[in-house]
Amino acid sequence: MSEAALSLANDPGREVASSAIGTVPVTLTINGQEHRLAVEPWVTLLDLLRERLHLTGSKKGCDHGQCGACTVLIDGRRMNSCLKLAVTLDGSEITTIEGLGQPGNLHPLQAAFLEHDAFQCGYCTPGQICSGVGLIAEGHARTRDDVREQMSGNLCRCGAYTNIADAILEVLGTEDRE
Amino acid sequence: MPDTRHEPIRVGIGTPLNRVDGEAKVTGQAQYAAEYPAAGLLHGVIVSGRIARGRITGIDETAARSVPGVVEVLTHRNRPHTPWLDRNYKDELSIPGDPFRPLESEEIQFSGQPVALVLAETFEAARFAASLIDVSYEAAPHNIDFEASLAEKFLPSKKRNSYHEPKNHGDADAAFDKAELRHEARYHLAVEHHNPMEMHATTVDWHGDGTLTVYDKNQGSQGVQSYLCNIFGFSKKELRVVNAYVGGAFGSGLRPQYQVYLAVMAAKHMQRSVRVVMTRQQMFTHAHRPEAVYTVKLGAEPTGKLTAILGDATTSTSRFEDNMEDVVIWGMINYDSPNMKGEYSIAPRDTYTSADMRAPGAATGMTIFEIAMDELAYKAGVDPLEFRMINYSDIDAMYRTPFTSKALREAYREGAAAFGWDRRSPEPRSMREGRELIGWGMATGLWNAEFVETSARARLTADGRLEVASATSDIGTGTYTVLALVAADTLGLRPERITVRIGDSDLPHSQVEGGSRAAASAGAAVQLACQAVGAKLLAAAAKVEGKPLGDARSLEDVTLTDGYMILRSDPSKAVSFADAMAASGLDVIEEEATAKPGLGDRISQMTKSRNVHSAVFAEVRVDEDLGQVRVTRIVNAVAAGRIINPKTARSQILGGVVMGMGMALHEETMGDPILGRWMNHNLAEYHIPVNADVHDIEVIFVDEPDPEVTPLGAKGVGEIGIISTAAAIANAIFHATGQRHRNLPITIDRLIAT
Amino acid sequence: MIRFDYARPTEVSDAVREGAAEQATYLAGGTNLVDLLKENVARPTRVVDIGRLPLAEIGETESGGLRLGALVTNSETAYDSRVQERYPLLSSAILAGATAQLRNAATNGGNINQRTRCYYFYDVATPCNKRNPGQGCGAIGGVNRIHAILGTSPHCIATHPSDMAVALAALQAEVRVTGSDGERVIPFADYHRLPGEEPWRDNTLKPGELVTAIDLPAERFTQNFTYLKLRDRLSYAFALVSVAVAMRIEDGRIAEARIALGGVAHKPWRRLEAEEVLVGRAPDRAAFDAATEVLLDGARGHGANDFKIPMARKAIPRALEQAAAGTPQSQTDKRLA
Repeated sequence: MSEAALSLANDPGREVASSAIGTVPVTLTINGQEHRLAVEPWVTLLDLLRERLHLTGSKKGCDHGQCGACTVLIDGRRMNSCLKLAVTLDGSEITTIEGLGQPGNLHPLQAAFLEHDAFQCGYCTPGQICSGVGLIAEGHARTRDDVREQMSGNLCRCGAYTNIADAILEVLGTEDRE
Repeated sequence: MPDTRHEPIRVGIGTPLNRVDGEAKVTGQAQYAAEYPAAGLLHGVIVSGRIARGRITGIDETAARSVPGVVEVLTHRNRPHTPWLDRNYKDELSIPGDPFRPLESEEIQFSGQPVALVLAETFEAARFAASLIDVSYEAAPHNIDFEASLAEKFLPSKKRNSYHEPKNHGDADAAFDKAELRHEARYHLAVEHHNPMEMHATTVDWHGDGTLTVYDKNQGSQGVQSYLCNIFGFSKKELRVVNAYVGGAFGSGLRPQYQVYLAVMAAKHMQRSVRVVMTRQQMFTHAHRPEAVYTVKLGAEPTGKLTAILGDATTSTSRFEDNMEDVVIWGMINYDSPNMKGEYSIAPRDTYTSADMRAPGAATGMTIFEIAMDELAYKAGVDPLEFRMINYSDIDAMYRTPFTSKALREAYREGAAAFGWDRRSPEPRSMREGRELIGWGMATGLWNAEFVETSARARLTADGRLEVASATSDIGTGTYTVLALVAADTLGLRPERITVRIGDSDLPHSQVEGGSRAAASAGAAVQLACQAVGAKLLAAAAKVEGKPLGDARSLEDVTLTDGYMILRSDPSKAVSFADAMAASGLDVIEEEATAKPGLGDRISQMTKSRNVHSAVFAEVRVDEDLGQVRVTRIVNAVAAGRIINPKTARSQILGGVVMGMGMALHEETMGDPILGRWMNHNLAEYHIPVNADVHDIEVIFVDEPDPEVTPLGAKGVGEIGIISTAAAIANAIFHATGQRHRNLPITIDRLIAT
Repeated sequence: MIRFDYARPTEVSDAVREGAAEQATYLAGGTNLVDLLKENVARPTRVVDIGRLPLAEIGETESGGLRLGALVTNSETAYDSRVQERYPLLSSAILAGATAQLRNAATNGGNINQRTRCYYFYDVATPCNKRNPGQGCGAIGGVNRIHAILGTSPHCIATHPSDMAVALAALQAEVRVTGSDGERVIPFADYHRLPGEEPWRDNTLKPGELVTAIDLPAERFTQNFTYLKLRDRLSYAFALVSVAVAMRIEDGRIAEARIALGGVAHKPWRRLEAEEVLVGRAPDRAAFDAATEVLLDGARGHGANDFKIPMARKAIPRALEQAAAGTPQSQTDKRLA
């Protein structure tokens, strides 16, 4: 693999981050910790997290933005990490499930998922929880219908949807039970 | 001694306990097969074939091999030697035929067949190189069209072990011909793919000392271990399989999938650790629920009493293995009729072999039968629930044997009450709100209660901690938590003092996890092992100075509570586990036990039927013009014996219901007959229900004491939730719209009234 | 995914220069392009990351409309108070599409440039004229349940998958683009194209041209509008048929009407004749049916997608009713209004 090859654009006053085929330097703050990395442009954030940083809490369920298992928070907003090339995120703050809470120190939504049995196999769960945290921060959900619609980007093949909605509604502080 | 010691610990069988593996799962700490690090790991990416049948005529690997980081490309031409005989490739659930052997030869048997494995230092290099492999083929004629394949349908002479021959009674044809009420229709179920959220994946940790650990997604570590050892020549001491966390499977992990074969082959070849993860597209190249056609003929008296049940079903399989399911027996078991006849066949086509998917056979056969029953109920002018009561059978109507228990009447009653079934207006299209037609439908579910030989180990240490272990699996089913509850119940320990180890071939023997049998089987084994530990404790207590427990010899004589043995006859007398162990100089008490059907059980298994039942009620709202369906309410009342953990058991039913909604409305893998290939092989176009599709689901467990069915009285709840949910929805759609749909799924195009 | 080199310009002029290279492609939110890269459908040699260009603002236009920067995300657009108040149809259509995660990443420019969801286009093991010109069309005679019924060609029956674009068509937005020849404005109706003889061309962008903004005209349609979407499940599915309606009713008569269909053609489908049929008439079923017939004139199924014709025939008047009644379809309450 060739060395990082940063070049300048023709206009010398203006820097254009660029590389021939090779690596690009990227700084990411992941769960509060700064990582300075050299990454090939075709590496997704999801693969970077899982294969290089061993943060395997973010799951690969389809690798095409069709399931939501890879959902993380990028600068506070929930997104599919499988569709983000890591190089495009230089300077971003990323929160994964590992950054939300740990055993013994759970985020309220993690605790609510546990209490409501809002998962079975657990594979979609980190994505569901990151998505739920994003949903709450967005502030567009008030009713159960809102939660259902706004959580529809996270597939759960075990079918825990009603419990997932219950968990999120509890943390939202909404008592909409229909 | 704490004052609370006499308070019986309430945590045990029947306690709704949060998942003991839950904290690991909600924090992302639970490790799945592709998530184990290994030194010097190589990443393997599978290249999938393009044609459905024929042979490979050439593979150009030049460009792939020139990609920096690529270390090897395995194809049929250079793969390591593997055994010649089919029997080496049999797995725990093998079926008659020739098991698929990845990279065996140039022969192509199905579209998407793996044709190469690229191994590289990074995933990205392997993925890129895989895209550069240029394979040329010589295509042979193929067929993946199910209707066309029916011309070749047959009943294999060598049948799958699990297959149950329908038992015929009377003269069903004659009874049907002279029946005053008759219903005859042909029903169809589309191909479904399991699509667990975790894709099939394997990480082989090559330790370099001749041993390897295979972290693999499967439903039975020991079955996969045997399979791999037979093929690759390892001993079970050398090759260990771990499936501690399984991201769903629903049957796709019952048999070893090809990525584990390729990963171990590659690891052995390279003498390095290897990870192979399927893509979502590749998840559509193996196990799937067979496509099915099922013609049901029902004859009845004018009152609605059945006089004839006839069923003739065909399901799809591959050309290389004869997969069979029990499709036609369920209605025959469930309903009283003097005349019944079942016929079944399979039809081969050029796909991978179909496989068990959640409630195999029953999800197809009982669901379809229950749509047919609904049709005849309307013909008879009888309420669908009443119609089922008219034909209720207290015994297994096909085997003519009594049930160990059958609380289906109670399920009907409690389900109907919760749903408000008595407020139903009988006529189709008679309930509406605004532009939505409202329909209420119901159906009956039926599944087996199985109990299989399983071993477990219990290990109590002097610090009062207990570890229980068995090679069974938790694929989301709640096995960890169920076993913790059984252990807590048996030894009176708090669950937080108990560690459950499962999902590892090194642990005591267990069969593959499937068919709703793990809780009853592994639970029984854990109970036995814990009882053996308890007996040892009691014996140890006799050495405690003053013998506070007197002559107590049997666990019946004491109550085990929170680390104490308390004399039943005099609760002021107690010995702690720690004191007993100290008095006997024991640091550890470790016992292993095997739960297996005994002689009495075996006789009982021959003379009694063991089944789980359910009554499913559904409300749908269908837009009158546009055909959009909303499933607004489901009540599923389940009779499944003793419920070990109501919390996780409820979730199992919820999940089955949601998958049943998918079967009813969404799930269909569509094949291109010209290309011989599944086309909607992704989660954007293979639709499973999303959160917005799922409204109220109420789960009821009816009381059904059954000490006979299994040692714990549990019947298992993994499958029953899906069975007939789609029928209840289809029947509700008929009630709403007056349109009868006999093809599942009932997608919106089928509902657009023309 | 093939290998490519990468550039991250911060000025539009630099981006356009980078994008002029042979086989270069622009990358914004990535929600479609990264998917296509993984499928080996997109095979650029150079990826120009435009995420840092100063195109992420929503502002006023000189003519009283709104200018949506190409890099404003779909979420920011849908929830922007100006968009919600002045162009509720657009907000509704965006929220009918994809998921919160995807809308948070996807940009306005990327949305209208997303490519078809045709199964064959995505599967490089199958023939597709859009992906590989001259290879043939697998969907014709194949699995074509989701395919087009209007404006197809013998070479391609793919549909455009965007919901947002359907609303933009009804609103008569304009697309501002910049290329090596400078800036130009493309009326939305002329932005996407029908497959014809060149199905690989989705739109009328010239090579290297970059979408910088989408302009919404002053006309707002805040009273009588709807976005009605029919799909295979109640969320997170592409439209089988969708209908965007924007209408102005004066004195009980339709003064102006716009209807655009999604899921039925290679571009958002409009027929000005159908809209003219409505003008001056009372908003009643007869008028709606008349417009529907004109809109669907020439519709043709390909087997598995035949149902789209009756589906559209029912959905169009329903959407017109929703708009006329001032009861737009909710994207949360899944009851069809």
